[in-house]
Amino acid sequence: MAETPIDRLARNTPASVAHRVRGLSDRAIAWAFVTPTILLLLAINIFPLIWTIRLSFTNFRANRPNEPVEFVGLRNYQRILTDPDIWHTMQATAHFLFWTLFFQVVIGFGLAWLINRKFKGNDLLTTLIVLPMMLSPAVVGNFWTFLYQPQIGLFNYAVEFLTGGSVAASSFTMLGSVELAPWAIVIVDTWMWTPFVMLICLAGLRSIPDYIYEAAEVDRASKWRQFWTMTIPLVLPFLMLAVLFRGIENFKMFDLVVQLTGGGPGDTTLLTSIELKREAFEKWRTGFSSAYAIILFVTVFGLASIYVKALNKVKER
Amino acid sequence: MSAYSVTAPSHRSKLVAGALVLLYTVITLLPLLWIISTGFKTGPDSIAYPPKVFFSPSLEGYVNLFTSRTRATNEQLATMPPPANWVDEIVRRRNEVITGPSRFGERFMNSVIIGFGSTFLSIFLGTLAAYAFSRFRVPLKDDLMFFILSTRMMPPIAVAIPIFLMFRGLGLSDTHLGMILLYTGVNISLAVWLLKGFIDEIPREYEEAALIDGYTRFQAFRKVVLPQAATGIASTAIFCLIFAWNEYAFAVLLTSGNAQTAPPFIPTIIGVGGQDWPAVAAGATLFLLPVMVFTILLRKHLLRGITFGAVRK
Repeated sequence: MAETPIDRLARNTPASVAHRVRGLSDRAIAWAFVTPTILLLLAINIFPLIWTIRLSFTNFRANRPNEPVEFVGLRNYQRILTDPDIWHTMQATAHFLFWTLFFQVVIGFGLAWLINRKFKGNDLLTTLIVLPMMLSPAVVGNFWTFLYQPQIGLFNYAVEFLTGGSVAASSFTMLGSVELAPWAIVIVDTWMWTPFVMLICLAGLRSIPDYIYEAAEVDRASKWRQFWTMTIPLVLPFLMLAVLFRGIENFKMFDLVVQLTGGGPGDTTLLTSIELKREAFEKWRTGFSSAYAIILFVTVFGLASIYVKALNKVKER
Repeated sequence: MSAYSVTAPSHRSKLVAGALVLLYTVITLLPLLWIISTGFKTGPDSIAYPPKVFFSPSLEGYVNLFTSRTRATNEQLATMPPPANWVDEIVRRRNEVITGPSRFGERFMNSVIIGFGSTFLSIFLGTLAAYAFSRFRVPLKDDLMFFILSTRMMPPIAVAIPIFLMFRGLGLSDTHLGMILLYTGVNISLAVWLLKGFIDEIPREYEEAALIDGYTRFQAFRKVVLPQAATGIASTAIFCLIFAWNEYAFAVLLTSGNAQTAPPFIPTIIGVGGQDWPAVAAGATLFLLPVMVFTILLRKHLLRGITFGAVRK
């Protein structure tokens, strides 16, 4: 095709002029598109973090804004790390974290493994199973206190029914007893969040191509062996990712448990976030609770970083 | 599909798997069915022993949810004009009279305004940023996942302390605008991450063709990329909406009267001697049902959002 005058003009126009003529340059568009988001992230995420760090070195109290603020150095940190009550809440959190992750991984993986048999209607059942995790934890948690009522609660009645009446529905209070309350919150969290682990495991299982199993069949590897040497290692990165997300979420668990027990009875279910809320918004020890928040953040951040490194190693294998 | 596959699960194993999953589904849905059914019970039915599965339905819970009432003696009731409608009738049967609407309607509307407002803003800003992250070399590109994770590592209570002070200083405490900005800030890093994934999947060739045809970059974005990304944008929007809809920690700490959403309000519905469970259940039903319906209708598009982008097609 012959070169038209327009083509010649286009070829001879310097790039900088061409950009200006054809609207904003790519660079300008990139900046215009990204800037509002970055500003918002700075305002809502980064700036508060910096402010919290600053407050953590002071004795500021948010309910007395006119009092002089003193810098107290590391005193807040020192007090937190030597406070036995804080260690107690850390233990309660660890118990909650360990058992919720344990049950969610076992049940979630089991469900995904069963659903992956692709029986009729597995799609519909998957959707129905996912429902609890989509709902407001505060609203659902509040209703669980009703299910946990001794005598009239559905949960207690189910226990009575399943044990053939040997454990009476009125004989125990899940939320009021020091022994049972830590398990009551584990049960509700497991009920709510097992579908999350299930979904991620299901994605993992579905990513395994059939030919791997076909090859194993040809090699006459037993089903048992196939499961342990192929299925588990291939799903492991997905499973670890699910544990990472659930671990982070449950470390900062607030809404569900504050509705269920509010930290009680005594302080048996006083998770770190609930303790933090008491310090910050009931006792108004803003400086102290800021230091506490930073310690929690560093803890999660550190643990998560180590975990992500391990995860990447598993992925590379 | 081949006629015979060595790896396909046997008929029997499918049957067993289906039965076990069905059993789990029934158990896991019981609490939700119980919420819905309790909303239609009368007070005495709701606390009966053994728990009542069959009962004659009543709208008492819903009436209590939407009204505030006061007790009246039989003599007082006798002097009143006859009940104007069925709502009055239900209330008077229990020796009560309606004094006005409850705050539930307002709280529900707050949830709608803040939920949709923050979703719109997250999607608007998020789509622009996601496009830039997907197509151009911009700073912070590689830090995006770090941002998402790190913003989720801070307990909401910890973030709430400086936000509380900041909002107090700016006059944003207990306002719709403040909550919309806050939820947008919480949602946006994940929204950008999800949207970037969707936009990455759109071949660049489409835009390049449009650019050669004389479109500007912006036109190409608006007329070529946006329509292609519509499904992804919609599913990200639903995810943002559900987060804002369900959020409790910020709502309970930063709002009290004006901008309080439904999640902190529903647990405070009390009747005589404790929580009014039929009314709580009625409120919970109205609040949870839209999310349940959304989940069932849009299941295919939701999975990526609720698994933080870990699950792709």
